[in-house]
Amino acid sequence: MISKIHDSIDEALSDIPDGATVMIGGFGQAGQPIELIDGLIRCGATDLTIVNNNAGNGEVGLALLIKSGFVSKIICSFPRQADSHIFDERYRAGKIELEVVPQGNLAERIRAAGAGIGGFFSPTGYGTLLTEGKETRTIDGRNYVLESPIHTDFSLIKAYKADPMGNLVYRKTARNFGPIMATAAKTTIVQVTNVVELGQLDPENIVTPGIYVDRIVQLAQGASI
Amino acid sequence: MNAQAQAQPVSQPLTRDEMAQRVAADIPHGAYVNLGIGIPTSVSNYLTPEQDVILHTENGMLGMGPEAHGDEIDPDLINAGKIPVTELLGASYFHHADSFAMMRGGHLDIAVLGAFQVSAGGDLANWHTGAPDAIPAVGGAMDLAVGAKKVFVMMELTTKKGQSKLVDHLTYPVTGLTCVTRVYTEVAIFDINPATGITVTETFGDATVDSLRELTGLPLLDGTN
Repeated sequence: MISKIHDSIDEALSDIPDGATVMIGGFGQAGQPIELIDGLIRCGATDLTIVNNNAGNGEVGLALLIKSGFVSKIICSFPRQADSHIFDERYRAGKIELEVVPQGNLAERIRAAGAGIGGFFSPTGYGTLLTEGKETRTIDGRNYVLESPIHTDFSLIKAYKADPMGNLVYRKTARNFGPIMATAAKTTIVQVTNVVELGQLDPENIVTPGIYVDRIVQLAQGASI
Repeated sequence: MNAQAQAQPVSQPLTRDEMAQRVAADIPHGAYVNLGIGIPTSVSNYLTPEQDVILHTENGMLGMGPEAHGDEIDPDLINAGKIPVTELLGASYFHHADSFAMMRGGHLDIAVLGAFQVSAGGDLANWHTGAPDAIPAVGGAMDLAVGAKKVFVMMELTTKKGQSKLVDHLTYPVTGLTCVTRVYTEVAIFDINPATGITVTETFGDATVDSLRELTGLPLLDGTN
């Protein structure tokens, strides 16, 4: 029987190479796969391009990854926050490249990648600094900007429950980018606290079907690794 | 100007809480509403149960309840400002692409946003001061500006230096073009119609339509009667 469950985080992340593009789920710390990010730091891959809504908070997870110096570029919507000092320092020192994308365009570009869409016209950002130089079109009197999909090599996400086939459910607003990031990467790696037996998830209520999931790592409740 | 000011009923400019109360009173029964980060969030304090307003938070929830305290705090349940919140009966969760699709697709009735400037044509600036050393961060601001059926802005009418934030043309970077429906300030409420211009619908304190014309330098229409 299929089982996508891996015994350790380090093994599940071992093939992430230098120069990889990696989506990381989460909105702030809700849904952020902290343990997978810690594993990515241990993995030691450098020159990473990271896609996330933010650019790290405090001194954990994504912020630590940025502090490690392994991230050369970040694509996000909202890097500047009260506790984003690690990113701020590296950005001001010219050590990290930043691409700011309106949040809905970021989400739709990720969704488009997973859905095989080559590009889409979005009204968001028309006439602003963030879409300068992009192709525009007026459709039925409304102005749009051509946006491209964001594909990545890996997605690291956090779910609430998984079964061995990779079917996932999420918890509350920690769902955020998980379902779309799962679809947009060549390899999707998921951390969960609950792995359940096949049949324990109601097929009517599965949010991410297992076809999008490659590897699952189960964490003990409250575990740090 | 003084003579006209004295002719008005004696009252005070609105406090921020009174502005929030005023906005809340204008939200129709059963509306789907997104309250932006900052001052707009305080509108929720004045919505009544009888209004049956359904709050949307762009990180993936409808039916958001008040801020969580004590045992209610759940790190998986936060609002767009990353503040812990609660869920109301009938709440639903969805991923980021769906959340912004419901915004961009015109399903939200009202977005209430803060602003640096609003132009006579309804253009909005609220994401970037334009300062060369500022780290750009947009979040969902551009999506909300173009997506909601109506955009209400809450702001002080003038900067700390006394310059009008209601302007002929934006001097701050654009968030969205021709998107603002109404502007609530401490001294007046302004309706914006790109075809006819700005109409003052209500004044507070000693403001008069003439004094507002002088302050803003704009040919304001008088709709106070």
